[in-house]
Parts: sequence; C-alpha cells; structure tokens
Amino acid sequence: MTLVNKTAVLEIRDLRTSYFTEGGEVKAVDGISLNVPKGKTLGIVGESGSGKSIMALSILRLIFNPGRIVAGELLYNGADLLKKSEKQMRSIRGNNISMIFQEPMTSLNPVYTVGEQIAEVYQIHENMNKKQAMSKAVDMLRLVGIPSPEKRVHQYPFELSGGMRQRIMIAIALACNPDVLIADEPTTALDVTIQAQILELIKDLQQKLHMSVIIITHDLGVVAETCDDVAVMYCGKVVEYADVRTLFTAPKHPYTVGLLNSLPRHDVDKEELEAIKGSVPSPFELPEGCRFAPRCPHAAKICFEQLPELNKLEDRSQVRCWIYTDKWGQQPEVNRTP
Amino acid sequence: MKTELLNVKHLKQHFPIKGGFLGRIVNHVKAVDDISFTIYEGETVSIVGESGCGKSTTGRAIMRLDEPTSGEIIFEGSNLLALNKRQMNKKRKDLQIIFQDPYASLNPRQTAGEILEEAMEIQNVVPKSKRRHRVIELLETVGLAAYQADRYPHEFSGGQRQRIGIARALSVNPKLIICDEAVSALDVSIQAQVLNLLKRLQREFKLTYLFISHDLGVVRHISDRIIVMYVGRIVEVADKTSLFEHPQHPYTRALLSAIPVLDPDRKKERIILKGDVPSPIDPPPGCVFHTRCPYATDRCKEEIPQLRTAEGAAGGHQAACHYMEEIQNGSMERAYS
Ligand SMILES: Nc1ncnc2c1ncn2[C@@H]1O[C@H](COP(=O)(O)OP(=O)(O)O)[C@@H](O)[C@H]1O
Ligand SMILES: Nc1ncnc2c1ncn2[C@@H]1O[C@H](COP(=O)(O)OP(=O)(O)O)[C@@H](O)[C@H]1O
Ligand code: SF4
Ligand code: SF4
Ligand SMILES: [Mg+2]
Ligand SMILES: [Mg+2]
Repeated sequence: MTLVNKTAVLEIRDLRTSYFTEGGEVKAVDGISLNVPKGKTLGIVGESGSGKSIMALSILRLIFNPGRIVAGELLYNGADLLKKSEKQMRSIRGNNISMIFQEPMTSLNPVYTVGEQIAEVYQIHENMNKKQAMSKAVDMLRLVGIPSPEKRVHQYPFELSGGMRQRIMIAIALACNPDVLIADEPTTALDVTIQAQILELIKDLQQKLHMSVIIITHDLGVVAETCDDVAVMYCGKVVEYADVRTLFTAPKHPYTVGLLNSLPRHDVDKEELEAIKGSVPSPFELPEGCRFAPRCPHAAKICFEQLPELNKLEDRSQVRCWIYTDKWGQQPEVNRTP
Repeated sequence: MKTELLNVKHLKQHFPIKGGFLGRIVNHVKAVDDISFTIYEGETVSIVGESGCGKSTTGRAIMRLDEPTSGEIIFEGSNLLALNKRQMNKKRKDLQIIFQDPYASLNPRQTAGEILEEAMEIQNVVPKSKRRHRVIELLETVGLAAYQADRYPHEFSGGQRQRIGIARALSVNPKLIICDEAVSALDVSIQAQVLNLLKRLQREFKLTYLFISHDLGVVRHISDRIIVMYVGRIVEVADKTSLFEHPQHPYTRALLSAIPVLDPDRKKERIILKGDVPSPIDPPPGCVFHTRCPYATDRCKEEIPQLRTAEGAAGGHQAACHYMEEIQNGSMERAYS
C-alpha cells in the first residue's frame, strides 16, 4: 500500500482548468487533488474526455487559450509551480518534469535526425557542445534499448517503427534525468508485444533513475501491471482514488465497478458483458448532483440533487459516491437497471 | 452438420511499389501471402495479429474492394473473384463490412434515415413505400430511437455512429459481416454495449462474422475460432479455448503473454520478443517469425513451415512451426527469454 503514505514529490491541490468556448465554460479539470509519491507510479484512468490529458498538460502549465488554469496549487517539492515565472517553468520542463505523448510521430520533428533531437536537450539544458551532446544521445538510445545506437542516431523519425519512435520519445524525456515522468497514453498506439516492451522499459528505468511516474491510460490492464496508486476520473473529477490492490480487489465507485465489469477478459468467458448504459454526458450538459447518476444502477434521489464529496474510507481509499456516506440508507433507488 | 459459407484459398495480395522516374514497379508489399481458411455458417471467426500483418487487406480482398493478386474466394460455392462487376455488386448484399471509424464511412450530409434508405435502394431489398418503416425498425434493432432517423452523423456519439454503421450493414439482410476493428475506437463502456449488440444480432439473424481486431480480450469474447496472422501469413488457427489455453506457435505464445492482466498480484511470465516486426516488402525467408523467435534454428531460416496439427493437439488446431512438439515437451533451447 502506498496511498498517501510516502512523501510526495508532486502534490496537486484542487486543480481547476477550464476552456472558455462559445458554447460556455468547459471544466475540463474540476477540482482535482492527487499526490505523486517519490519513486512510485500514479495511474490516471478514465474514458476519453474525462480530463486526463488536460490535467497532465496543466502540471506542465502547457494550457493555452481558450483554456486557463483557474485555481489550485501544484506543489513540486513544496513550491507552487503556478507561482513560477515562464522562464522558471521552461527550466523545470527541461530538467525536472518531462512528458511523453501517445503519438510519437507528431511530437518528433520530422526534419531532424533522432540524434539531433536528443542532443538538443543536452545542448540547451546542460550547455554541452554538439559532439558531447551526440555522444550522450547515443548513450540514451542504448539505455532505452535501441539496437546499434551509433547507426540509429543518424536516422530520421520516419525511418523508424512506432515502437522505436516511442523509445526515442522516452529517451528525449529522460535525457535530463527528470524526477517526474508524465506518460500520456504511452502505449495506446502500439501493438501489445511492443506495449509490453515499452512498459517494461519504463518500469526498468524508473527503478534505475528513481523517478516518479504518472501513467495516463484508458487501459485498466496497464494500470494493474504498472501502477502503485490509481485515480479514476469521470467528467473532470476524481471519483475513486486508491492503491492499486484495493482498487482491483475492492472497487467501490459504481463507475469503477462498471468499467471493470464491461471489460472483455482474455482469461474469463462470459456470454454477455455488463455494459454501463448510456454514454458520458456532454461537458455543456453535465447533470446536477453526481455526474454519473444518469448511468448509475444505484442512483437514488439525493444523487440527482447533490454532488458527493471525495470521502476517505477506512481502507484509506477515497470515493466520491453517496453510498459511502451516512446520508445513504433510506434513499429510495430510482434508477435500477432492468 | 457445419455448412461452409466462405472458403478462402491461397489468397495473395501483393501491392506493387513504384519507383524511379519512369514509375516502374520496383518491388511488392506482400501484404497477404498465400493464406487459406474456411468460415462456417453462423460462427464468428476472428483474425488477430499486430498492425500491418494483413488483417484489413484480407477483409478488403474478400469484399473485392481491392483486386487480389491470386487465389480463390469461394462464397456459398461460387468463386467471387470470377464474377463480373455487376454480379459482384449483387453479391455485396450478402457480404457487408463495418469499419473502425464510422464517421469516415457515413456521409455527413445525410441523416441516419437517408443513409439507411440509400443502402436499401442500392440493393433494392425493400420496396420504396416500406423503407421508412424499415429504417425505424433497424434503428430500434441497434438500440437507437425512431426520432433519431432525422439526425446527422455529427449529432451522434462515437458509439451511436457505430450503431448506425451496423444498422446500415443489416439493412440488406447480409449473411456475412466483416467487422474490421469495429469496436477498437470505442471507450470500454461503449465497446461492451456494441459487442453485446453484435452478439444479440448474430443470434437473431443467424449472422456469420469475420471479426478483425488487434484486441485479444475482445477477440476472446466474441469468437468461436481464431486465426493468428504474422507478416502476411497465417501462423495459427484454432478454436478459441484451445488457442488461449494451449497456444502452439511461439508467436502466439508471445502475443498472449503480452496482454496485461487485470490482477495486480499476479505476476505473469512474459515472453518479451526482441526486435521489430519485419517489413512485408522483403519478408524473411523460411519461417517469417525466425528473426524474432527464441527457438529459431538454421532450418527455420530456409524452410517455410506449413500449417499442421501438432501431435497431441486438439483436432482443428493448426500452427505453422517446425518444432511445436519439441517446444511443447521442453526439449528446445531458448536463445533468449
Ligand atoms: N482546446 C480545447 N477547447 C475546448 N475544450 C477542450 C479543449 N481541449 C480539451 N477540451 C475539453 O476538455 C475535456 C477533457 O479533455 P482531455 O483532457 O483531452 O480528455 P482525456 O485526455 O481524458 O481524453 C474534454 O471535454 C474536451 O472536450
Ligand atoms: N493499397 C496498398 N498499397 C500498398 N501497401 C498496402 C496497401 N494496403 C495495405 N498495404 C500494406 O500491407 C500491409 C498490411 O496492411 P493491413 O492489411 O492494413 O494490415 P492490418 O490491418 O493487419 O494492420 C501493410 O504493410 C500495409 O502498409
Ligand atoms: S453518488 Fe449515487 S449516482 Fe453517483 S455513483 Fe454513487 S450511487 Fe451512483
Ligand atoms: S519454425 Fe522455427 S522460427 Fe518459426 S516459429 Fe517455429 S521454431 Fe520459431
Ligand atoms: Mg487524452
Ligand atoms: Mg487494419
């Protein structure tokens, strides 16, 4: 168990990021508080549109118009990133907190060799000359398991496979030995055998380099295999936050339970999957009260009226659901699935 | 008695690569390289394998969306590749295909109702006066509501658009539906809804599915039998249980072992393959898997292994590897693990 037990390298406190669009305010990240424990992995899961990527980009302060971080604190080793100057942030992005994205092709520059792109990090942030930087680039390629790195440094992104490109992205992200690596769907575009290689690589490097990792994914299998703590997001809010074992052995929020039940399992046969009914609401038509209420098989009257808090339970997990409060009990169920 | 619905024989799809300033053919992408398989009425057969192994090409060749290089595609006894254009268009009523991205295959300027009516008109399956009624019936069959007939594709969510794609395929009463990554882009909660729908429709309308997917969890759920492809070839074919419980081919073993498990306490023994999938332009000689196989020998570099049933394996379970028995009884050394 690690939840809230270890010193946190990064503390996210009541983070709020909104997009101000013609249709109105989209509260993409709506009051999120999480800890990234030192040397451990925090997983963020949730369906598309739940605010995972915006949360990650907010940590690096890479939110642009019409988006804005409207409130919160991002305590990195105790100091609030939201109070840093843009210049200080650039240095933090280069030296302390790095990010890798889902599609490595779009984040690599097609006109530079992969070696030049890794070397650039050393030239800018460690003032190395080109020759020193290139030799460090070769070391990094070797570290991320790329065969014949001396040859590969001179290749362009299009000459490499998807798995190789993702390794290059990891090499760039790790070039400056960050304390925190944020990986946003790092294996979603990859095949399972390559996914296994990349996850193994991230775990391996994390131990070697004593990094903290945030893995963002929609794949609960990836979470089970790589994370220490997990936060489940729905419509911009954390609905459940627990250590990985508690989450998988005793899931509590009806949405988490629904996600686990709706997964086809490769190790268990069932005739019918227990799908969650309905779909994620539009950010402009969020239900009052619990945002999951229109889809929840247990929803009661109170669920449609008041938003539940994220409550701490005895096993130290946190759940945003009326069932786990004193107010439950006499609530009439109004929404039972047939 | 099982009735054969589709019989693919020695299918090859080699796409020419043009080069030089004369645009001459300089090489070929051997996207599908001599594959054969049978699908029986009412069953679901899946094709799995990593991206680029030839799954979609196989589906497109069966539909004759691309003309195959060679082979035969026998559907209900007649070779589709021998039909002329008019005859083939008529046959398309019996074979439908659903793609991953329903948005790309739905005309944004047509309402859901118009999309379905058009499909019926092309195949002339329902008299004009009854089409509107049938549209409503189809929408309800796939879990949409009558009032949604007048909505445009952009007014639907991803899952709902895929339901329209399914309704369109159903509108002509097909016998075989090819689902090419049909649920891959959907979030899990929606994916479960669509998978349940596909299963229910199969029971109700006695449909046969060829299900193409890279997601092994989905494949296990939906399939009766599974075909595993690697660089344009079939390396293993078996019924679902036999494949998942007793994989014979080293590639299948690695593929299955790579799936993340949902139990954080279970440490799975994982076979991490070295290297990358080879290019189908110059596939390795001999066994296509030999460049990554931990058991490869010199023989594997030269001799192409044929699909066969290993000693002691279930009937109908076939794989293409020279050393299945030796690997099974542990007498083969692994070069790496
Ligand atoms: N540039 C933008 N303008 C308006 N809304 C946006 C923008 N980027 C993201 N959003 C909204 O923010 C929400 C969260 O998005 P995101 O964090 O990308 O989700 P996830 O990564 O969980 O799939 C979504 O509702 C999305 O529509
Ligand atoms: N029209 C085409 N022309 C040339 N190469 C093609 C064409 N279609 C597919 N390919 C190539 O054939 C191989 C198999 O592709 P595909 O069948 O789409 O794989 P899968 O669906 O298994 O991911 C890939 O290498 C792909 O690049
Ligand atoms: S608060 Fe109510 S509606 Fe929301 S998840 Fe809990 S039971 Fe369901
Ligand atoms: S034939 Fe040889 S290379 Fe191919 S799978 Fe079998 S052992 Fe491996
Ligand atoms: Mg995202
Ligand atoms: Mg495909």
